Amino acid sequence: MIYILEDAINGVLMGSIYGLTALGLTLIFGVLKVINFAHGSLLMVGMYAAYWAIILTGVHPYVALIVVAPVMYLFGYYLQDIVIKPIFKAEKDVREPITVIIVTTGVWYILDNLTLLIFGPTYRNIQDNPLRGKMLEIGEMFISVPKLWGFVTAVITAAAIFWFLQKTRMGRAIRATSLDREAASLMGINQFKVYNVAFGIGTATAGIAAVTLVPFYNIFPTVGVLFDIKGFIIVVLGGLGSIGGAILGGIIIGLIESIAPQFMTATWTEAIVYGLFLVVLFVKPSGLFGVKYDW
Amino acid sequence: MSFLEVKNIDVFYGDVQVIFDLSLEVIEGEVVSIIGGNGAGKSTLLKTISGLMNPARGEILFEDAFIQSTPPEEIVEHGIIQVPEGRRLFTLMSVKDNLIIGAYNSRAEKKVDTTMEDVYSLLPKLRERESQLAMTLSGGEQQMVAIGRGLMARPKLLMLDEPSLGLAPILIKDIFQTVRKIADQGTTVLLVEQDVKHSLSLSDRGYVLEHGRIAMEGPADELLNDPHIKTAYLGL
Repeated sequence: MIYILEDAINGVLMGSIYGLTALGLTLIFGVLKVINFAHGSLLMVGMYAAYWAIILTGVHPYVALIVVAPVMYLFGYYLQDIVIKPIFKAEKDVREPITVIIVTTGVWYILDNLTLLIFGPTYRNIQDNPLRGKMLEIGEMFISVPKLWGFVTAVITAAAIFWFLQKTRMGRAIRATSLDREAASLMGINQFKVYNVAFGIGTATAGIAAVTLVPFYNIFPTVGVLFDIKGFIIVVLGGLGSIGGAILGGIIIGLIESIAPQFMTATWTEAIVYGLFLVVLFVKPSGLFGVKYDW
Repeated sequence: MSFLEVKNIDVFYGDVQVIFDLSLEVIEGEVVSIIGGNGAGKSTLLKTISGLMNPARGEILFEDAFIQSTPPEEIVEHGIIQVPEGRRLFTLMSVKDNLIIGAYNSRAEKKVDTTMEDVYSLLPKLRERESQLAMTLSGGEQQMVAIGRGLMARPKLLMLDEPSLGLAPILIKDIFQTVRKIADQGTTVLLVEQDVKHSLSLSDRGYVLEHGRIAMEGPADELLNDPHIKTAYLGL
């Protein structure tokens, strides 16, 4: 019994990190109405950025946030501004422009292969960091310390984004644009500026997620793909566009992945995750915490 | 200095021409009605002035600046505010947030609090409802929010697109009284309506739009007594 509790706790911790990786995806979808297929690759770029920042300076992994989050914000901002915006303008009358999705797929391939070209296929990890392999002992239970840090970071990030969307001028503009682009532009809101900022914030959260992962995770050019697929499931599970839903969706996946192997072969957990995904799609397509109308 | 001047514009939806060589003028301080049936091009005209659509030909001047190819968010900065047809509120935001968003432009943003007090005293219902989500309001209240949101932008020219659409007669009366109050406080109003009688009786001048062309124009009381208007629009 104690093992199940231990697994559950670690599952919640890892799941919140999954949720954090999906947070940017759900935010970008909520505003641009576009699935960003490059999101996993942006996470991968963030992991390399964090890796080099930590390796070259030797600081505590979480200090890298100071560099990685703003750099990733700018990367996302200009990626949207330079690469994606022109496509949006060409298809401005379409509510969910398919071609933009294809462009983000192109960005995914380019980023993954550029990384492969520059850094090679090597699996990298940061052996020498104060969080790696650390365990917190509570009675007979062992709780992973780096994942606990990730959990705290995920909760803080989600709360910060929620606050930003509710209480700031730009946050309101982002919500207004996501609800009705045309009406927002009649309020004087430049929709493309809002897209840039939303994409920047989404990418910055991928950067934050990357920092929480590097203390215990391998870094390689296609690492994003793993989180991409998980991210889509989490986002649909939680409800597209829902900030809290993304974290809770992540926690559900984390729990299944950690508890189910107690009762069956570990490979079956995937089947449960996808099965749940399908059930949600059939029964409540707006997601567990999504709003039925729109975001 | 002319206020709003629309000169010989042609507007298309794709290949279909909706507005033909249309010219009109609004003088500062006036209330001007544009009336006409479904599909006459009334909404298209407003969308073209507010920048959501661009004319293929012709010019639009506001306070001597050409705005026919200016994007909508910049036209808002000039002081032209459109309250769109069907209200188009931000449904999942509170009434208060809807109003705050209305004051997004740089002129209005500095005075959000004082403008909000003015809006609340004009539309006291909104203060009671300020923390409710916009989608939970009744149609008439939603229209009030839409008008209040437009006023939050501190408009020089307020363009209302069918504010009476889908409302009960008693509410329609309320809406038009509110519009009259707004005009009396010094805001220039351009009103697009199907409710010819109400809109003309509160306006200074009117234009009659038929098939994308101006069919008639003149002082509102003359139009109200015109035999063509009486038979075609008032059913008398």
